[in-house]
Amino acid sequence: MKILVCISKAPDTTSKISFTSDRTAFDETGVQYIVNPYDEWYALVRALEIKETQGAEITIITVGNASDEAIMRKALAIGADEAVRIDAEPKDAYFVATAIADYAKNQGFDLILTGKETINFNGSQIGGMIAELLDQPYISVASKLELSSNTLTLEREIAGGVEVVEVDMPAVVSCAKGMAEQRIPNMRGIMAARTKPLQIISPKGLDMLTSYVTFASPPPKSGVKLVDVDNLDELVSLLHNEAKVI
Amino acid sequence: MKNVVYLHAENALNKAALEIVSYAQRLGGNVTVLATGSLSNDILSTLGNYGASEVIVHRTLSNNDDQNLTSWIASMSSEAANIVFSHDFTGKAIAPRLSVRLKSGLVSGAVALPESDGSVKVNVFSGKAFGFVKCHSSQRIISLLPNSVAPEPIGAACPVIELNDAVGPNKVRVLSVKKPEGAIPLPEADRVVSGGRGLKGPEHWGILEDLAKTLGAATACSRPVADIGWRPHHEHVGQTGVAIRPNLYIAVGISGAIQHLAGVNGSKVIVVINTDAEAPFFKAADYGIVGDAFEVVPKFTAALKKFAGQ
Ligand SMILES: Cc1cc2nc3c(=O)[nH]c(=O)nc-3n(C[C@H](O)[C@H](O)[C@H](O)COP(=O)(O)OP(=O)(O)OC[C@H]3O[C@@H](n4cnc5c(N)ncnc54)[C@H](O)[C@@H]3O)c2cc1C
Ligand SMILES: Nc1ncnc2c1ncn2[C@@H]1O[C@H](COP(=O)(O)O)[C@@H](O)[C@H]1O
Repeated sequence: MKILVCISKAPDTTSKISFTSDRTAFDETGVQYIVNPYDEWYALVRALEIKETQGAEITIITVGNASDEAIMRKALAIGADEAVRIDAEPKDAYFVATAIADYAKNQGFDLILTGKETINFNGSQIGGMIAELLDQPYISVASKLELSSNTLTLEREIAGGVEVVEVDMPAVVSCAKGMAEQRIPNMRGIMAARTKPLQIISPKGLDMLTSYVTFASPPPKSGVKLVDVDNLDELVSLLHNEAKVI
Repeated sequence: MKNVVYLHAENALNKAALEIVSYAQRLGGNVTVLATGSLSNDILSTLGNYGASEVIVHRTLSNNDDQNLTSWIASMSSEAANIVFSHDFTGKAIAPRLSVRLKSGLVSGAVALPESDGSVKVNVFSGKAFGFVKCHSSQRIISLLPNSVAPEPIGAACPVIELNDAVGPNKVRVLSVKKPEGAIPLPEADRVVSGGRGLKGPEHWGILEDLAKTLGAATACSRPVADIGWRPHHEHVGQTGVAIRPNLYIAVGISGAIQHLAGVNGSKVIVVINTDAEAPFFKAADYGIVGDAFEVVPKFTAALKKFAGQ
């Protein structure tokens, strides 16, 4: 059983979001990067649980530059066996997905896990793209994953309910809350991560299909209007006449 | 010019379906709706009111058949300038596949019609900023965030064409669907009442449920509330839970941490009820009440009932 977990970096969730003066790029000054929470808490930890109960070999993969090795070492410290970095600045989802699919196509992975989305670009694109490139089924936004021999049983949220589906491997799954619980790496894991293999691959001739031309910050809120506890009729009237939402 | 919309409809046309048809119509040109699901032809034909020129419904394809579905949508989209999905479970599953199949750029999480330079505004950094995305391909795939455009009836019913073509084997098998009875699905809800740790225990949710019922709202919660098991996980909103953009979001006993705001800051109007006047949520709110939830919420519900009765 071989599992590939796609790991991306994301700015620490408390980071101030600002852009360069020409507004064409995210301003990274003083930003601390973490493993994208969906990739770490759900995809990677579920892969580790499968490894512990059923046996598996876990590879993590990141498309990024050398500075991303810090978050990759964290994923190794939590328990992945080996890491692959595709040495390129991730340009768009198609670029990242083709790089990962190109690496994965001859490696015989039974299962490829991604996060539901990155918390910076919120695309939810890469898993589906990898699945299409490898001609495999894709279960998006899964909140539960069970494995028995070659078959996966998954739950995913659909409009107003939860759907239980079954699919044979190989398959690609994007992971959301519910799948596993967050784990903190221990000292032994951190020590072991230092010597785990981290392979660096150069990508070849990858295309991109989209780009960000500019960024903008939302207009600031005009300020809260406070209503007195003893005057809730006024709140109702404001919601009706001013905000027009009731 | 032609635009294509894909939607899956089982029991009714939801708001998201009307939004994407309306959006495609406003892009200009004809709109062909590709549909799957069991919804009747009569109801599907009402999509004409929102700008569809025709609906083609494939009765033998299911929305889980994502590989066959992608092939079908691709084969029907050769002349389309834009292919529009809702950024919900269908859009997230199918649009990326189609992007690869057609080698056309996907703009995911769009919140507005394209700008004059052809770029499309999307939500980034969990709603903390916007980006403008350009596609380098001649065709453009857009998945639209729910509640981004208001659907408007403009026309009359349109023809519906039914397909019953045989499809290849389905790799994904649906075992069951669990639907919570009567509840309003959170991502689609127009109004949401949400509770945090300030409510002190699951036994106190009755006052929130009464408020939600009075407003016809869905219920949600902060992450710690779901983590300690006071409320089900699917109600957790925020950076790591569900992202919502209702017209009205009422936050009760929630401090307004940045990770919580990330999932709700797209709401049109935010009302905050909190005992602590310094709670960060007030900075993101339109209306606020500094007070004890156990006193404020029942009074608010009563005021709403009084208003509805007038
Ligand atoms: C990586 C990461 C991701 C996260 N993702 C999310 C997420 O997706 N969603 C999320 O919600 N959180 C998330 N969090 C957690 C977040 O940082 C906060 O800890 C959490 O939102 C706090 O929840 P709360 O407001 O319910 O509780 P608290 O912070 O404990 O706030 C309770 C509030 O209730 C008020 N209160 C107390 N008594 C009353 C009363 N009687 N009446 C009225 N008000 C009262 C208090 O003044 C206080 O403001 C995340 C954290 C991290 C690190
Ligand atoms: N640069 C990257 N390298 C590896 N995996 C990535 C990268 N970017 C995104 N992913 C994976 O794809 C998922 C969805 O990303 P996105 O489509 O950008 O929302 C993430 O949760 C990761 O698992």
